[in-house]
Amino acid sequence: MPELMSPQTLAQKIIAKASGKSHVSPGEIVTCKLDLVLMHDSSGPRRVKSRLEELGAKVFDPNKVVLVSDHFVPATDPESAEILALTRRWAQENLITNFYDMQGICHVMLPQQGHLKPGMFIVGGDSHSPTGGAFGTFMVGIGATEMTGALATGEIWIKVPETIRININGQLQKGCSAKDIMLHLCAKLGMNNNYKVMEFAGDTVADMPMYERMVLCNMSAELGGKTGIVEADQTTIDWINNTGETAAIDALDWVSDSDARYEKVIHLDASQLIPQVAAPHSPENTHPVTSFENITIHQAYIGACTGAKLSDLKMAAAVLKGQKVAKGTRLLIAPASTKTTELAAKDGTLAILTEAGAIILPTGCGACAGMGAGAIANGENCISSTSRNFKGRMGSPESNVYLASPYTVAACAITGEITDPRQFLEGELNANIK
Amino acid sequence: MPTSNKASHAWIFGDNIDTDLLAPGAYMKASLSELASHCLEAVNKDFAQQVKKGDFVVAGEAFGIGSSREQAAQALVELGVSAIIAKSFARIFYRNALNLGLPVLVCAEVDKISKADQLIVDPIAGVITNVTTQETYQCDPIHPELMAIVNAGGLMPFLKAKFARQS
Repeated sequence: MPELMSPQTLAQKIIAKASGKSHVSPGEIVTCKLDLVLMHDSSGPRRVKSRLEELGAKVFDPNKVVLVSDHFVPATDPESAEILALTRRWAQENLITNFYDMQGICHVMLPQQGHLKPGMFIVGGDSHSPTGGAFGTFMVGIGATEMTGALATGEIWIKVPETIRININGQLQKGCSAKDIMLHLCAKLGMNNNYKVMEFAGDTVADMPMYERMVLCNMSAELGGKTGIVEADQTTIDWINNTGETAAIDALDWVSDSDARYEKVIHLDASQLIPQVAAPHSPENTHPVTSFENITIHQAYIGACTGAKLSDLKMAAAVLKGQKVAKGTRLLIAPASTKTTELAAKDGTLAILTEAGAIILPTGCGACAGMGAGAIANGENCISSTSRNFKGRMGSPESNVYLASPYTVAACAITGEITDPRQFLEGELNANIK
Repeated sequence: MPTSNKASHAWIFGDNIDTDLLAPGAYMKASLSELASHCLEAVNKDFAQQVKKGDFVVAGEAFGIGSSREQAAQALVELGVSAIIAKSFARIFYRNALNLGLPVLVCAEVDKISKADQLIVDPIAGVITNVTTQETYQCDPIHPELMAIVNAGGLMPFLKAKFARQS
């Protein structure tokens, strides 16, 4: 049977393993066993508890569930406090030992705590679940009814996707990051790459630290993709080992076959890229930073799963060192996890940010999802290191959100308008913030 | 999935109708009825107030892009929308809608449908009849594997039946 011999992409290999087959083909519908399930306080217990009870079903394996409270944290009113209380009770009742309460954003907590291993098939109750693909996993986002089914059965059906290979080569210029690559790709490929896996490869990706690979996969959601994925390599293994976990002996086998068939292959020369900015109200409305003139910035925001990891805080610090936030502009920073804050405090990053005038907010999804501190008013412009600038997402429906890298967001905070960060990076060797 | 022979009103929207428009973050901890009263208000202030039970939402590419929040589809169910017809859907939204028993139909001919046209939609056959213009449009079929969930009326009834068989 020639079908069995045909080469496979990494995504196909993981789906084949999870569905107990030797080979799967794009378009085929298969049922996969779940290696891990991720939930948070917004789409998790408050949405699945009564449904599971209605079914009379129990969680298929409490040890395979990771629960994170990150959306309504810290509680700002009695309603959010109740949601968090329900989340905690549910975790206790269902013996969920991997419950991270107010310790960070779920997509950052998973790798930080060593839960992600190459070859795993994972679902998450959040659209930025593709972030986990940076670790050679196949991880997709699902909604709450679907989550109920996943928790009750430990399985999910999936249509085997086509894969688009995105080869990125060349060294990123000063002031450019994975975020600029993704904003550029949103403009180039649009947001309607439905059901496709985005497989990121090439020298630029191989040189990236895990934090930056996470940004590539995270914003596969903005491309409309089913998920993003990066082949496991020594950088992946080193990360896992540093968490105190151990990568499986076969971890490096989770790569695409060299002759795998892709729906298309896209090439990007990273060395030609300059900092990018997405204008309201869509990530695909992206242009080079140099094409924005006289855009006043009222709020600069560094936050969320996309843009507030330790690497992101370091990028902002590289720009803000010795500078001050402009009068009339506020710079809000919500670190992606309490561990991020701890590490940034230890290495001096946090002091650079606060000395520049940054206001440090609680850890959580916060203003990115229009839920926590940092909402914006009618007519205000915010530039944000987050991933979405849909109309009204961060506050008033009549506010404007621009998206950029932490470098660019920090530069805008200094000048009070959209600004090319490269002028603040003289002499900085920042291409590879680890 | 319900099929109706009664013609209902079409509400027209453009491309990339995202989940923040459908279920604004500021109302995510509110009741479903309050959340639904703000559905799509940033692009059409009248919609949530005036939409009637049985009406259809007609849109362009990537309907439901963005968050995994199921309330984006649930708000439309709450408002009585009986089907969404679009050129394409974001994948999580598509699954969420079918899981809630809300028919979602991919149709290349949506540009032929105008505001307030009266439509009859047969989600099982994938046929839309435009009573106003006397045209019919064919939709992409829903994958046979999904029809089991669709025919059960959504994932919860489907799972209930499955668990009943097992016990």
